[in-house]
Amino acid sequence: MNKQVKHSTVGQPVPLIDGIEKVTGKAVYTADLESSACLAGAILRSSVSHGHIVDIDTSRALGLKGVSAVITGADCAHTYGVIPIAMNEYPMARDKVRYRGEPIAAVAACDAATAALALELIEVEIEELPACYTIDEASVSDACLLHDDKPGNIERKVQNEFGDVSAGFELADLVCEETFDCAEVNHAQMEPHAALAEYDAERDRLTFHSVTQVPFYVHLTLARCLEMDPSAIRVIKPFVGGGFGARTETLNFEIITALLARAACGKVMMRLSREESFITHRGRPETRVELKLGLTKKGNITACQCRVIQRGGAYAGYGLVTILYAGALLHGLYDIPAVKYDGLRLYSNQPPCGAMRGHGTVDVRHGFECLLDRMARQLELDPFEVRRANLLTAPTRTANELLINSYGLKQCLAKVEAASNWQERIGTLPHGRGLGMACSHYVSGAAKPVHWTGEPHAVVSLKLDFDGSITIFTGASDIGQGSTTMVALVAAETLSIDMSRIRVVTNDSVITPKDNGSYSSRVTFMVGNAAIEAAKALRNVLIEAAAGKLDAEPQDIDCDGEVFSVRSSQQSALSFAEVAQAALAVDGTIAVKGTFTCPPEAQGGKHRGGAVGSTMGFSYAAQVVEVSVDVDTGLVTVEKVWAALDCGFALNRLAVEGQIEGSVWMGMGQALSEETSFTNGLPVHANLLDYRFPTIVESPDIEAHIVESIDPLGPLGAKEAGEGALSGFPPALANAVANAIDIDVNFLPLTPDRITDALIKARRAANRQQRLKNRKAL
Amino acid sequence: MKQIISATINGTSCQDAIDDNLLLIDYLRKNKTLTGTKSGCDGGECGACTVLVNGQPRLSCITLAATCQNAEIETIEGESNNGRLSALQRAFHENLGTQCGFCTPGMIMAASGLLRDNPNPNDGEIRAALAGNLCRCTGYVKIIKSVRAAIGTSS
Repeated sequence: MNKQVKHSTVGQPVPLIDGIEKVTGKAVYTADLESSACLAGAILRSSVSHGHIVDIDTSRALGLKGVSAVITGADCAHTYGVIPIAMNEYPMARDKVRYRGEPIAAVAACDAATAALALELIEVEIEELPACYTIDEASVSDACLLHDDKPGNIERKVQNEFGDVSAGFELADLVCEETFDCAEVNHAQMEPHAALAEYDAERDRLTFHSVTQVPFYVHLTLARCLEMDPSAIRVIKPFVGGGFGARTETLNFEIITALLARAACGKVMMRLSREESFITHRGRPETRVELKLGLTKKGNITACQCRVIQRGGAYAGYGLVTILYAGALLHGLYDIPAVKYDGLRLYSNQPPCGAMRGHGTVDVRHGFECLLDRMARQLELDPFEVRRANLLTAPTRTANELLINSYGLKQCLAKVEAASNWQERIGTLPHGRGLGMACSHYVSGAAKPVHWTGEPHAVVSLKLDFDGSITIFTGASDIGQGSTTMVALVAAETLSIDMSRIRVVTNDSVITPKDNGSYSSRVTFMVGNAAIEAAKALRNVLIEAAAGKLDAEPQDIDCDGEVFSVRSSQQSALSFAEVAQAALAVDGTIAVKGTFTCPPEAQGGKHRGGAVGSTMGFSYAAQVVEVSVDVDTGLVTVEKVWAALDCGFALNRLAVEGQIEGSVWMGMGQALSEETSFTNGLPVHANLLDYRFPTIVESPDIEAHIVESIDPLGPLGAKEAGEGALSGFPPALANAVANAIDIDVNFLPLTPDRITDALIKARRAANRQQRLKNRKAL
Repeated sequence: MKQIISATINGTSCQDAIDDNLLLIDYLRKNKTLTGTKSGCDGGECGACTVLVNGQPRLSCITLAATCQNAEIETIEGESNNGRLSALQRAFHENLGTQCGFCTPGMIMAASGLLRDNPNPNDGEIRAALAGNLCRCTGYVKIIKSVRAAIGTSS
């Protein structure tokens, strides 16, 4: 562990600086911007899973009183997509539809009822094609192709091997193989999707508000799809009601809203229903993980071979990054000398999958931690012992050249082992009650962003003005994780001033500097570092001014708690106001900025796809889950969770705890009950009753422990805190269920019906064994 | 059909001509511009729209405004006192009972309804009262802590 220094502002629990708006209802979200000046937008969606569009007739809709605009795929000939080399989606289908619910046309009308009526008047003729809904259906040799240029419905194939896997398996005392099937899940952020677009026909300008996590992607995508100069577009992100990756990509409804506003020469509010928000999807794909591990008797991993198949949905979206992440993040948690990875991302006739919290790693980590636990059992090793046998030592590089500068997994293990009283309790619980554990990790920001432009990874600017207030301008998108508070905290710490002096202005493209957005847990690491640099620049200006006023050299000025003084001198000190005034007298309003660029050594290996998974620092987590299983109903109840996360340094302890609790809990939802479900391509889960995530009644106490490894590159040592603990939950739960009822299951989620099936199968197998035994005895 | 509704909203009496099929949430958000009350689902699924009608939590997205004749309606905007946070609001703020904030108004109103009936609920009673209010950020840990803090039993 690296050395920790003393701080005055960071490192304590601090409420969110925008929390008062949230608890008073004053926080304005996109849908709250609706006014009588807005036209209502609505989208016509495909009623078939796969087919050629033969004809669309909008004339009757256009003729309806109150309708201002009707648009179709013919109104936008540009593809879009988050990966510049894999844009194969149109905002509204043009030649073909590829999933039920895909946008075909849209209207803007005087009110929602008129818009809905207009949709009914649009006549669409579609020649239906056979559809593929499963991994098996998509990959059979005569499967109907979703995209003509994608034979075998293969979106992306990845193959790589680091180290010698065959030799590794030779060295192993035990080699085991298992296949895990994980259901598709959705972010289900509480705020349904919404966008507001206002087109100024006189100036040919567009002002756009949306629920996005990455406003600059939206900005660039709107420019592309509307053929507008980016400088004519203004993108504003109001308060956002959660994201979890759903809003990383620019989404079809955002482009459609902008197209409608231009077509109507007005202001269009688009509010998607919960069902439509589900259909917009971009969630974690259904995934099959075929995993083989080799272990020595002492538990050292000698080799890992993993094949991953993802059912990606109808369009590329984030797919190639997801399938690359799944392989890359086999590395970085443990010391594994040899890893072979085969990834396969398939197209299917469902809404496109995308990035979701723990992007790419969750289902693979589930398989890995389950198999490791089972093998440990065979080798009669304690689950903690087998993990301790495979720890990394920082600084190091993994077999696939990922940089590991800080590593607190050992401390995480110690924390949850002690807190859960593991060693005293494991093996002593009654049948139906169990303990399980698992480890996990996640990146603190992609070291090489998908939109690689050569610009710094983050820019933050600061203003000090006549009133003595400091304003921070950042494009970092707070989606509830507390990034705005984080930026204020590190700036206050660096400037040694009170946080109340600071205001933060965020996410308005005409005011705030560009930011790469809130995804891959990049914000604390990159924007935090940029904010520190900006604050240092302002601090230098102030110290210079104080030195001038105190007739001393700048290097002799101390600045502590808004008091500037000459070190080791009896000379009277200056207040912040006095120094600010002196600084402003030189050149007026002070504006400075700070930037952060990821060091090249963190940007991954030279192999194909090597940038994915590369990061400046990984967070590490260990958790213990205690369950009870009702063997009659198959109901799994989580009694308690102990989770420890190495976040480098907790800039805000309250926020870090909240992130640990929230991510562990989201892992719990995926593990216990969450799954999408389609009948002939029709989403039947698309509401918050059928898509079951845990209510407060089913949610256990989660004891969050913070481990601080002080990352050498992190802002004041910090790393990410919001994703690392998620992927450990599902395997810890499955391992706890195995401990409780002696049954290993290879599926997610562990719903009562599936557990009951597994129990019945196990009973039948036991009965068979008994009958065989009895027969032999006869 | 229009009809006249008389009600008290956050202590202010109102009389409005409304459509008889107008939902309470739309009456509050559109007619009264009280946008603190949120819509998170397609009807009765998530609890984000919870308001108090005569002191009882009610899902405003599946309540007709016309059924609130002569009722006392309270929304998140009426929860503060003279610009200062209520005990519940302060507790949610200080304990990070809110992250993205979207479920928060409904959560606070449901908790407020609970505390009027039962000023000293135990954890089980808190969970039962908030069972219909979904949150996707917090894992509910700090929501329970916030309600506990508001009633002054932060153990």
